[in-house]
Amino acid sequence: MNLGISALNYVNGIKNNEFTVEEFISESLDHIKQVDEKLHAFLRINDFAIKNAKEIDAKIKSNQNVGKCYGMPISIKDNICIEGSKTTCASKVLENFIAPHTSTVVSRLHSEDSIIIGKTNMDEFAMGLSTEFSAYGPSKNPWNNDFVPGGSSGGSGVSVAANECIASLGSDTGGSIRNPASFCSVVGLKPTYGLVSRYGLVSYSNSIEQIGPMTKTVEDSAFLLNIISGIDPNDNTTLDNKNQDYLSDIDAGIDGKKIGIVTEMANSDGLSTNVLDATNDSIKTFEKLGANCEHVSLQMVPYTVAAYYTITSTEAGSNLARYDNVRYGYELDSSGFEFNSYISQARSKLGPEVIRRMILGGFVPSAGHAGKYFSKALKVKSKLITEIKHVFEKFDFLISPTVPIQPFKFGEKINDPVSFMMVDFNTVTANLTGIPAISVPYKITNGLPIGIQIMANNLEEHSMLQAAYALEKTVDLPEVQI
Amino acid sequence: MTKIGLEIHCQLTKLESKLFCSCKANYREFEPNTNICPICMGIPGSLPLLNKSAVEKATLIAMALDCRTPDKIAFFRKNYFYPDLPKNFQITQLNAYGNTSIGWEGKISVGNVKIRIRRIQLEEDPGRLIYEGATEKTKLTLVDYNRAGTPLVEIVTEPDFETPHQVREFLNILSDLLENLNVSDPGLEGAMRADANVSIEGGSKVEIKNIGSFHDLEKAVHFEITRQQSLAERKIEIVQETRHWDDGRKITVSARTKEEEAEYRYHLEADIPWVRINDGTKNQLQIHMPESISSKKERYVSKYGITPQVADILSSDRYFSELFEKANNETNAKDIANMITTDIMGLLDTREKRDASKLKGDHITDLVEYIKSNKITRASAKLALDEVIKNGKRLSEIIEDLNLGHVSNEDVLSGIIAEVLDEEAKAVEDSKQNPDIVNFLVGKVMQKTRGKADPELTLLLLKKHLDID
Repeated sequence: MNLGISALNYVNGIKNNEFTVEEFISESLDHIKQVDEKLHAFLRINDFAIKNAKEIDAKIKSNQNVGKCYGMPISIKDNICIEGSKTTCASKVLENFIAPHTSTVVSRLHSEDSIIIGKTNMDEFAMGLSTEFSAYGPSKNPWNNDFVPGGSSGGSGVSVAANECIASLGSDTGGSIRNPASFCSVVGLKPTYGLVSRYGLVSYSNSIEQIGPMTKTVEDSAFLLNIISGIDPNDNTTLDNKNQDYLSDIDAGIDGKKIGIVTEMANSDGLSTNVLDATNDSIKTFEKLGANCEHVSLQMVPYTVAAYYTITSTEAGSNLARYDNVRYGYELDSSGFEFNSYISQARSKLGPEVIRRMILGGFVPSAGHAGKYFSKALKVKSKLITEIKHVFEKFDFLISPTVPIQPFKFGEKINDPVSFMMVDFNTVTANLTGIPAISVPYKITNGLPIGIQIMANNLEEHSMLQAAYALEKTVDLPEVQI
Repeated sequence: MTKIGLEIHCQLTKLESKLFCSCKANYREFEPNTNICPICMGIPGSLPLLNKSAVEKATLIAMALDCRTPDKIAFFRKNYFYPDLPKNFQITQLNAYGNTSIGWEGKISVGNVKIRIRRIQLEEDPGRLIYEGATEKTKLTLVDYNRAGTPLVEIVTEPDFETPHQVREFLNILSDLLENLNVSDPGLEGAMRADANVSIEGGSKVEIKNIGSFHDLEKAVHFEITRQQSLAERKIEIVQETRHWDDGRKITVSARTKEEEAEYRYHLEADIPWVRINDGTKNQLQIHMPESISSKKERYVSKYGITPQVADILSSDRYFSELFEKANNETNAKDIANMITTDIMGLLDTREKRDASKLKGDHITDLVEYIKSNKITRASAKLALDEVIKNGKRLSEIIEDLNLGHVSNEDVLSGIIAEVLDEEAKAVEDSKQNPDIVNFLVGKVMQKTRGKADPELTLLLLKKHLDID
């Protein structure tokens, strides 16, 4: 059985009786057992997957209504809650946290009869871009196990790339879906802020993050976005998706569309030669597809990484303040502690990157420093939004390499936080402005993937997916060898 | 000059649910930690869902206090660590990007003094800490989160008060106003709390927190003024600080100085989008705004000829003014007002009694009418009131049940009078010298009839028997 099929082909396979849900799930579980010891995409596997598969098979057999997913196995990043099961955010602080609620995205997947095959590894509390900051050990890049898979949704990227599941949901605060998508050679989409409910997503930087699909094909991302997007009464920030069918006319092409190549991202100092070559190559491809490409400058981009870390640290400092081990957490004898020392004791289980950002988050918005840091970061954000609005008056899409570099080796950057931060250079703009962005696998150079990022104006996911689909159809990438 | 400012916190107890979740706003009847949910407990993955009615009620308060109100409001996070704060931040408001709190620049009159309102904001109440155990060492701090997330309105005044007495008067007026708006029940324990800041000529501002009641607030402000004055007299600097009211010792004690001022790292609460409050909404609120206490009082005086003292008492109490409006059929307004203020207020002087009372406006209308038409005496009316409050039966039924109707049958009354004259031979004798004794004999007849005898007829008959004109 080919476990590497797309979601749409999986659905056809079930409909054409090529395999049963149980067969597919059971083979997926076997495959996970074989490869995940090495890859470590998963933190936990769903013990009820086979039982769920049998139930859906029974529904199919007895001609009952079956949801659009027909039992397809989907993995979920471990910062997205499912009632009654663990959600650890790859942190020791939430090692025993059992969620009392199911996130809206998972509820919607459940009601379309998908099977949540397991929860995937990530950087602790989604802070990082390599999974090296997972408290439970990193995931490995399936293209070369010496290299990082990207992050923070690294486990999700690996699980899709290594055919351990059909698709995955990750979360993207500054590139956490697109970065591992690029590094693992899968499609990753960060929706417009508010298009997908964050109910049940453990907040890290709640003003800019979104849940989004990580899939084998662009069509699959459209398919999942159809299911997970739209207004949710449990999240006041959600937007109406107007019943958009993101799959319809996905092959419309991009003839005559105007594409802006973001100068600051497509030609930055930090860009590797391989990535530069791939980017230039992709520009030619877009032009061959009939689009008009032109360089465009976003002058705020050089300041975005600093603004991003200032804003996210501030919000992280606030969002993670609740982990005081009072209402849930781990065994800790609190007697005899003065309150403040109790808090520091309770927080001693946080990992190094989280602590770094909490300290930063305590400093940059504090009285006497906010003017120099936090307020300035907000100013950059607001200027960037103005710039983006302006360029979308002229352009349909903006493009750039998703990540300025290819996957790096474990340990290569961990002791150099600033160079680590610069890896986010091309992805944070979409988060700070709220616009949608997608990473499409474009090239494998020296055995490691390179993705191209397409950004579109707010709520323009439909046309953005058409552009991504057009680009995807021009590439023919090798299969990953696991 | 002494300057006093207040910071008042008032729970919107009339709301069904908390500010960001569907748990009950009225947490008081629950066992500890049973009026909670993932949202008000700040469980990872939960998101606050704004209670729109809270925004409306708070806006109503702002409008009633003559505040300017914004086109849209924003919420902010105030970050600090405290065991009663589930998220370790409080969702509140701040006028950081223009005026985005519920209201600002309002005013309210206290006697002849105008007190300016600086700002009104909507925020969530934290949980409650309960201390148990005898000594410091065995002391346990228990947390009850039932209150966490209760909608709270913070009202900050300018330092416009000059005396503790004005403070007390203001709080009474404000409390009546909030009750009259039907947004809060300030009488509930902990529903309305106030902190004060006090400064005297040439000194720094000192905040006083942790004050249990309005009565204590008045005392605390008084103490603080005296303390600062005595420092000034001895030429000792008054430092800017926060002091706590020590309820046991009835003094203020230093809690923290400016240098240790808490760091709140305010920033926008992104989980709640800015809320528009358009003119249509404001107009609707204005239209449905309950009549103000002062306008009510004026109406009672000018329209019904009720005395200003009675009108004042009646209009400033929401429960009794409502009862009055219901009972009032325009003809006996004055008598109804008097009956409420003289009789009923005494019978229903606690919340529990009011809650249990079965008394309706109709009862009062009837009662006044019965007294006027001599169907019942005032004394019997009191007995009837007791009964109505207990069982809510119709007045005619109660009069029947208790046999409260007037004894106005001349024969019956004459028989009773004969008995009394028999028993009170000395009084009868004395009446020859002192005709006023007849009133004593009327009283004896009343006693025998348990207040049911027609007083006029009794007097007439007695006079006839005793040969007095």
